Amino acid sequence: MAQDIELGAPPAGMPTYEERQAIQIVPLRGLPIVAVVIAFVIMAIATNWLWALAFCHVVGGGLWTALDLFVGLVIGPILGRLPPSARAQFTMRFMPKMVLIMPTVVVMTLAAGFQLALRLGNLSSSSPNHIWLICSFCVVGVMAVIALGVLEPANIAVLFEMKKPTPDPTIIEMLMKRFIYTAGITGAMQVLTLIIMTRVSTQ
Amino acid sequence: MTATSHPLAGTSRRTYPPVAAIATVALGLVVIGGIVMASYVPRQAPLALPGALLAVAGALMLICVLLLIQLQDFSFDRFFQVFGWALLAYSISAGMIEFAFVRDHTRGTSLLIVTMMLVIFATSVPTTIAFTTARYATPPSERDGQGKEPT
Repeated sequence: MAQDIELGAPPAGMPTYEERQAIQIVPLRGLPIVAVVIAFVIMAIATNWLWALAFCHVVGGGLWTALDLFVGLVIGPILGRLPPSARAQFTMRFMPKMVLIMPTVVVMTLAAGFQLALRLGNLSSSSPNHIWLICSFCVVGVMAVIALGVLEPANIAVLFEMKKPTPDPTIIEMLMKRFIYTAGITGAMQVLTLIIMTRVSTQ
Repeated sequence: MTATSHPLAGTSRRTYPPVAAIATVALGLVVIGGIVMASYVPRQAPLALPGALLAVAGALMLICVLLLIQLQDFSFDRFFQVFGWALLAYSISAGMIEFAFVRDHTRGTSLLIVTMMLVIFATSVPTTIAFTTARYATPPSERDGQGKEPT
């Protein structure tokens, strides 16, 4: 039992049991903001309001691209060089926010983007942008499968692991690596999206 | 610190069938089907390929259910806890996409295929998230006397 008690005491700098129990896997305070954003996107689609559709698509896409690039190419390498205690402290505060932010900006971008393309006639096979939009669908499709099938599950699983009385650092390490690497891959793919979208808007 | 003294020893090393991977492949297939259908909008898309992809994705999801049913010493309470909330979240996303297709006058067999694809989407993602979370949760055989999953 003495060994178990020793295991329960976190090393210096590591979040305490009480701190970890305070983690909200889905931050409830953010839910009203998400509800407002989703309601705005639904309203934009329902009314086919050009400005609102463009706003949702541009703002959502900008945030999505910037976050993917920033997390994958800036935060990831920094996090990898931090001591485990700092990594744990950062992860505990960072990951719950990503649980809300990423799905919201993705839904906002894709739903508004599809409607916008339809409204502007870019989806029509006679449009010079048609082929570019199909390329964009393919890039987004790959990113969606990576984000929903690998990144998001790793994000949630890390948070549950951190809430355990005795988290397993090897599981957290493995899942965090998965999160950072996949964020890097989607970040790199976002560069393709930037190229495609700037082509579409200038043709 | 010995392996046997650690309450979670072996949790990460336990092997499970590839439920998350299969559900992700199912998701990938409906995404491809969705791209094929979206690439024809506003025209009517040929439905053979999306229909075939949907059928395979549905079969894969059925395999996931069968694999889950056969699991023993698995944290099903954690699985269903996460699955329920994720299902709610992704049902809202799927509902929004469905709304956009209905709004754009998608009707008949096309709408049926889109709806079924969205059902696969709204169940495959929660399955992957819930399975990934539950596979690292403390299984019933390693819990204390109360049998509850420590959170």
